[in-house]
Amino acid sequence: MAHKGKAWKFGADVDTDAIIPARYLNTSDPAELAKHCMEDADPEFMSKMSSGDVIVAGKNFGCGSSREHAPISLKAAGVSCVIAKSFARIFYRNSFNVGLPIFESEAASEKIQAGDEIEVDPGKGVISNLTRKESYKTTPIPPFMMELIEDGGLMKHIQKRFG
Amino acid sequence: MKMTITEKILAAHCGQKEVRTGDLINARVDIALGNDITAPIAIKEFEKSGAKKVFDKEKIVLVPDHFTPNKDILSAEHAKILREFAHQQDITHYFELGRMGVEHALLPEEGIVVPGDLIIGADSHTCTYGALGAFSTGVGSTDLAAAMITGEVWFKVPASMLFVYSGKLKKWVGGKDLILYTIGKIGVDGASYKSMEFSGETIDSLDIDGRFTMANMAIEAGAKNGIFHVDQATESYLKGRAKRPYTIFKSDPGAQYMEKYEFNCSQIEPQVAFPHLPENSRPVTEAADITIDQAVIGSCTNGRYSDLLEAATILKGRKVNKNVRLIIIPATQKIYKQAMNDGLLDIFLDAEAIVSTPTCGPCLGGHMGVLAKGERAIATTNRNFVGRMGHPKSEIYLSNPSVAAASAVLGRIAHPIEVVGE
Repeated sequence: MAHKGKAWKFGADVDTDAIIPARYLNTSDPAELAKHCMEDADPEFMSKMSSGDVIVAGKNFGCGSSREHAPISLKAAGVSCVIAKSFARIFYRNSFNVGLPIFESEAASEKIQAGDEIEVDPGKGVISNLTRKESYKTTPIPPFMMELIEDGGLMKHIQKRFG
Repeated sequence: MKMTITEKILAAHCGQKEVRTGDLINARVDIALGNDITAPIAIKEFEKSGAKKVFDKEKIVLVPDHFTPNKDILSAEHAKILREFAHQQDITHYFELGRMGVEHALLPEEGIVVPGDLIIGADSHTCTYGALGAFSTGVGSTDLAAAMITGEVWFKVPASMLFVYSGKLKKWVGGKDLILYTIGKIGVDGASYKSMEFSGETIDSLDIDGRFTMANMAIEAGAKNGIFHVDQATESYLKGRAKRPYTIFKSDPGAQYMEKYEFNCSQIEPQVAFPHLPENSRPVTEAADITIDQAVIGSCTNGRYSDLLEAATILKGRKVNKNVRLIIIPATQKIYKQAMNDGLLDIFLDAEAIVSTPTCGPCLGGHMGVLAKGERAIATTNRNFVGRMGHPKSEIYLSNPSVAAASAVLGRIAHPIEVVGE
């Protein structure tokens, strides 16, 4: 499935407290968490973005806390995917586990500007910048992570293995 | 093949003679941990999957420590999910309030985590137990759910980075300063996906609490785990405490490290990490004119007995500055009681600090000390991200307990010698 939307740019080291501040972690309801998505990085993000839009960030996106509420809130907010120069380890795992598509691409992270129309073809590993008529390669998703995606996430994967 | 301590523990938990960097393994879990924020999602996933029983009720640990004592109705509902699941599954290590402590201080204190273990926790600071020579790492709620069902977790074997510390530490310099200094050198993603192995003569003479503090903050450099070798200090800590027999693993001479850092520590000053990243560490003397509204001494990083003792040494016979709220949070009930028996609580109360029951509370801006817009705090906690302790326009400086206590007395960030002399 292709992901298409407008790019919202963020810097390096966006931490999970910025993605979903701990003051909202007294709920795990995705719709509630979505209301505060990216609030401490950009308080107006939710009022400005449209469903399907893409987040483009620098290195180490999702660093800090292990809260799965971070990818849950991004997904529930309607962010179609996150593109970053690199991802922090736990956030990377969590995103696959909750089904938030994420793509690593140094070129895309650097060249995409705020507001650019972006289309990602995960199968081909290509990010197209429709505004600038450029395209960038994503770092290939490791085979095991592909297996997880194909099985429909970690829980479905272990159900398959353990019956 | 020569292996590091991390590789040996991982190999031992996936039934293989050896593993190499980059290998994908399914590893057996000795302990799987969750708290009142992360476990409710894991429990929901567990139930959704149709699973009936956890893989081993002795190997799951549930600690309601983040927003407890329940700060509001929603938090109370989360704590209730934990409690009911623990009762329904007859979980051995469920810690109700009264026995609860900040998880990463509590598990070692109770002897639940031991050397050679493979531990996962749905909390990023689960890396703390590496101080005892265990492989220990943070995961998300779904990984916890999967482990609660299967007793296994998948990993990519990380490359290891070796950190060698030499030289005698100056007074008022400890584990917190070494780890802030290290993160300052390598950055908040300097050890991304890697194992940080801590060693050297300075580490050999560092007490176990100092090692917990260092391992605790390995995640602040992006590491998968931080790890120390077991020595006499570890063994005496474990004596009378360890709930299970344990295996001691050692890195082979000639094991492969992708990078090696050597730090001479004899000139390192107490460190302060400036807003808004732990990598912004500088000597405390560079922060001398910064006034504060609040000081927090506690958390899974620095809420242990030796941390409180360090603070008490500074606070004895002195008063907290009238412009500052000093919040002291013993990390566990046992630490609280020892602090009471040894007269530390008297020192704190006489100094006009407040002393709280164990909770993560203010560290993540939950409760018990949330910051207002424009306020500034010094804290012995682990993260100074934007909005971490409250309003997004508040500021956090990270330090060791003696610097936080000295700062509380003077109302500005201060070196302990400014309060107690040379």
